[in-house]
Amino acid sequence: MDFAPDEDSEAIREGVRRVCGRFDDAYWRRHDADHEFPWDFYDAMAEGGWIGIAIPDEYGGGGRGITEASLVLEEVAASGAAMNGCSAIHLSMFGMNPVVKHGSAEMRRRYLPAVARGELHVAFGVTEPDAGTDTTNIATRAVRDGDQYLVRGRKVWTSKASLCQKVLLLVRTTPLEECSRRTDGMTLLLADLQRPEVEITPIAKAGRNAVVSCEVVYDDLPVSLDDRVGEEGRGFFYLLDGLNPERILVAAEALGVGRVALARAVEYATEREVFGRPIGKNQGIAFPLAEAHARLNAAELVVREASWRYDRGLECAEQANAAKFLAADAAYLAADRAMQTLGGYGFACEYDVERYWKEARLMRIAPISEEMVLNYLAEHVLGLPRSY
Amino acid sequence: MNVVVCVKQIPDPADPGALDPDTKTLKRDTKLILDESDSYGVEMALQLVDAAGGGEVTLVSMAPNNEVGGIRTALAMGAAKAILVSDDALQGSDALGTAKVLAAAIGRAEGTDLVITGTESTDGYTGTVPQQVAELLGLPSITFANHIEIGDGKAAVHRQTEHGYDECEVPLPAVVSVTAGVVEPRYPSFKGIMAAKSKPVDELGIADLGIDAAQVGWAGAGQEIVEIEPEPEREAGEIVEDEGDAHERIVAFLDELKVL
Repeated sequence: MDFAPDEDSEAIREGVRRVCGRFDDAYWRRHDADHEFPWDFYDAMAEGGWIGIAIPDEYGGGGRGITEASLVLEEVAASGAAMNGCSAIHLSMFGMNPVVKHGSAEMRRRYLPAVARGELHVAFGVTEPDAGTDTTNIATRAVRDGDQYLVRGRKVWTSKASLCQKVLLLVRTTPLEECSRRTDGMTLLLADLQRPEVEITPIAKAGRNAVVSCEVVYDDLPVSLDDRVGEEGRGFFYLLDGLNPERILVAAEALGVGRVALARAVEYATEREVFGRPIGKNQGIAFPLAEAHARLNAAELVVREASWRYDRGLECAEQANAAKFLAADAAYLAADRAMQTLGGYGFACEYDVERYWKEARLMRIAPISEEMVLNYLAEHVLGLPRSY
Repeated sequence: MNVVVCVKQIPDPADPGALDPDTKTLKRDTKLILDESDSYGVEMALQLVDAAGGGEVTLVSMAPNNEVGGIRTALAMGAAKAILVSDDALQGSDALGTAKVLAAAIGRAEGTDLVITGTESTDGYTGTVPQQVAELLGLPSITFANHIEIGDGKAAVHRQTEHGYDECEVPLPAVVSVTAGVVEPRYPSFKGIMAAKSKPVDELGIADLGIDAAQVGWAGAGQEIVEIEPEPEREAGEIVEDEGDAHERIVAFLDELKVL
């Protein structure tokens, strides 16, 4: 085990902090309140090559892995940008992984450099109203029509849909009842999103409002066969190359949210005086913050292990799931104790803690709920009988 | 177009160091960073080289303990290489001693067309080093530049004044000090940061520059810090309670200060 600080990691963290330093709390508060995408921030991150850090060199990216991407996102979150900053960029950082691994040479050449430059925005269209975690139950169908597919169906929680040119879309090409395995018969398409056959409706939600999440209806959207990722019917397996990185990166984002919430709480507890002494002197205030710190650090070790395994091509589903579970839990504890520490001011938008609190709560649900993580660990790691 | 930029590495102003009561100078044993006021010079140099369509930016810095933290930042912005002078004998150097070292180091860079410096450092604030360097190098110098254009072996410079700017012209090579805030310094990119790790930093001692230890450091300092004392506490202000006439009292107060 070597826990010595790694020079590259420190340089990446410092480089990201420098960019994020330009976007203060008021910037994020305003974009959240106005439901406005943080374009200046996005452009600055793209220009610095931070968005493309995990895209291979040959396509203009930084050629690094999920480890480096996770450091970038943790620092973005910890800068106070929290999930509004991370969600603005994270799809571009890992979402194209199925294309990197399974797309044709022509597809990779055509799209990856534009994603690395930050010019091409690609949404992730998997979840449906009746198929959330139960992915194999998706009803969106693609039917062959000459040299194209026609896609029909409905997806929900497609983040940034109204801003993206393309969507990485999971569709059924063979009906479930005709498949020998539930995971067969699904295909991944890199479809155009801004088309008359597509209707995009933003979902009103409790927080993280700078980045829109949408319901998207596909009404016979034509998709060229050239825009199919890999082989027909293998889409579910390709998608898995996006899901573990997503869990690792969301875990890193949660760490960042937890850290900024904790920092604000410590600052407030040190300065705020009641009964002639700073409230941080009270162990009822101090101990929960100390505990949150310890739990964030413990979760970070699991995040590091998960990204280390992924980047070496090792099996990492257990670690990626555990990292997401533990980091979201630690982040929520930190944000909740921050709100308790700030009292009424924690609830006031002006102090930003309410944003961290809402966003930390979201991470216990998305991109996979705590319960489904535990199901995974119980069944696949402990070998207990399947519960659902 | 080859530009040398003098950059100072200073203790992070966000985490200010302490004064050493024995030497009456700032302690520099912490991690040093690029003086932000020098990032403008680096940016301006990069833009000038870019506009000229060729050449490179060389950094020159004097720092204790072969510190390169701040130099790496400027290399990550796009400078090509650096000359770093670090020597125990330099401890206690005053502005002139520093200028001697910088001038000698600048002399090591080949084919220099222009030397850019900040106006003053953020930790020392003497504001005298740029002109001393120019004098030692025997070069013309313009201060407070907020715009530089290069052409026909000359630099056309806008020199900031209280009310606007003077238009000046100087034959190259020359030393030009630039004011802060005139350009937006770029942020080091990921690739820039990684590339900076392998850019050459020429680490020299004073012997390499042919400088006698008696001319620099405590030994050579022509200036002495006689005393240091804490900044006086700000006096409490006067609170004007509004009883309907607050505006008149404020106007009277401003009038008394003769600022109206």
